Amino acid sequence: MASTTLVQRPPQDAKSAMSWERKRAIMGFLFVLPTVVFVGIFFLIPLLMTIFMSFHDWPLFGERAFIGLTNYIDLLTDKQFINSLGFTFRYTVVITPLIFLTAFTLASLVRQDIPGIGIFRTIFFIPVVIGLGISSLIWVWLLHDQVGIINKILLDLHLIPKAQLWLANPPSAMNVIMLSVVWKTVGLTMVLLVAGMQAIPDEFYEAAEVDGANYWQKLRFITLPLLRRTIALALVLSVIGSLLSFDQFFIITNGGPRNSTLSIVYWIFNNSFTYFKMGYGAAMSIVLLVILVILSGLQLYLLRDSSDM
Amino acid sequence: MSQKVHRKPKLLKYTLLYTVLIILAAAFLFPLVWSTLNSFKPAAEAMSVPPTYLPTTFSFENYIKLTTYGRGGIFRHVFNSAFVSLLTVIGTILLSTLGGYGFARFTFTGKNVLFIMVLSTLMIPFQSILIPLFVMLTAVDLHNNLFGLALVYITFQLPFGIFLMRTTFMMVPREIEEAALLDGCTSLSVLYRMLLRLVLPGIVTVAIYAFINSWNEFIAALIFMTDQDNFTLPIFLTTVRSGQYGQVDWGALQAGVVVSIIPSVFIFLMLQRYYMNGLMGGAVKS
Repeated sequence: MASTTLVQRPPQDAKSAMSWERKRAIMGFLFVLPTVVFVGIFFLIPLLMTIFMSFHDWPLFGERAFIGLTNYIDLLTDKQFINSLGFTFRYTVVITPLIFLTAFTLASLVRQDIPGIGIFRTIFFIPVVIGLGISSLIWVWLLHDQVGIINKILLDLHLIPKAQLWLANPPSAMNVIMLSVVWKTVGLTMVLLVAGMQAIPDEFYEAAEVDGANYWQKLRFITLPLLRRTIALALVLSVIGSLLSFDQFFIITNGGPRNSTLSIVYWIFNNSFTYFKMGYGAAMSIVLLVILVILSGLQLYLLRDSSDM
Repeated sequence: MSQKVHRKPKLLKYTLLYTVLIILAAAFLFPLVWSTLNSFKPAAEAMSVPPTYLPTTFSFENYIKLTTYGRGGIFRHVFNSAFVSLLTVIGTILLSTLGGYGFARFTFTGKNVLFIMVLSTLMIPFQSILIPLFVMLTAVDLHNNLFGLALVYITFQLPFGIFLMRTTFMMVPREIEEAALLDGCTSLSVLYRMLLRLVLPGIVTVAIYAFINSWNEFIAALIFMTDQDNFTLPIFLTTVRSGQYGQVDWGALQAGVVVSIIPSVFIFLMLQRYYMNGLMGGAVKS
């Protein structure tokens, strides 16, 4: 019989030889059982529940009613839903290249073999570990028009005529929030890019230099093609993270001014946990999930290695 | 003479590089430095309009004030966060290690199906399941409860944890296990006595991520904790920010921020290697 065990079994007599493999199989199953049960109960069943709930009118207390596709149809005429989707998309489209270009620049800098470069790499990465909520609390203070230090510095340097209300109008609010998020997250993309870059052998660059290639040519023909997988991963993570943004909008602007920074997850949050229209919120969650899956699939397809084996 | 000419371009390049790096480093440290400075100003000065740069006097007033907010002050919320985070770490390590070992080293019917099932959670954003989790936890009265929150956090951490531990186990040479099994050890004691030591780096990495992510987590804590006494640290700080305790106390807020940052940054700096390995092992390999 073909041995499918991953570990060679110790030589035994015929009878216990058979039960040894069975014992291994049972052990293996028992080892993964807690995890599987946990994931099943706390991940997969809730996922199915979200779908189930989306077809219902589901208040927190009181009667639930099956209403079929009504929630989904209501979504089409929900102005805030459309606005939130639009805002979240715009935000993602602008911030993703911003993060990526900054990270790429930092990654290139941080790869220089000069003494103390590790310290800089650490400094660029530290904001990543402090949490988006905490980062938002720092920035909401920095950006405050009266007590915030940014206005004070800009005023003292005579770069602005008077204290700016960074958070008071829609385009400005989105921009400064993006600045805070770039600060917080760029370190992660930077580290991913550095890892990918380190995998590119120096000989490629040396050979190119012999052929007289300049910086941009090396970038275009060596670095970027070989970084394709890493870039794909970094971009997918970044896009997903941006589309699911909540913390920064909740803390810094409360979705304002005038609901202009109400991200889609924020709107789902309001519907589900402030108005307690959970069925409606579930429907929105499903729509968002489908969008995410499609976008991720599309990204991975577009960024696939042309020579994928 | 010619020696100087050769060295000059390098010197210029180095000076340029370091200048750029220092400017960038200053920009990155800017928010953290100013936050910390503000936290050590006397309370009134921390809220002054216009703000001051350096504290006129170094004061712990803001930190002390934090200990008086709400019932139990900041200590209570630090405890809440720490409690939940530690539970999450323990639970995640247990489930990830056992599961990772099982998936890496055993064969049994349905293994691939189960593994795909577990892996699929990597692609599901946790935001999609917050609503039903809330309903489920409310039904068993675990929603406003630190244990309940820990269960939720363990769920969030498991996909990465299992993935990482399975990879780690797969890198252990099989001969070690085979030798032990040959000597008649049970699978469990093989795991406990021999392999644990070898996969410890993976366990440390899982622990770091579980702790830092739980310590910083925001939206789930916001949703599940309805009782102010049960708020974790980030949620408590947003109540400080919204001026729930009177006029917005910016000094106290930044003091709270500093308190919140210290564990994450400390753990990261001490265990940087494991953190980075986690990024590589988890991300690049996929």
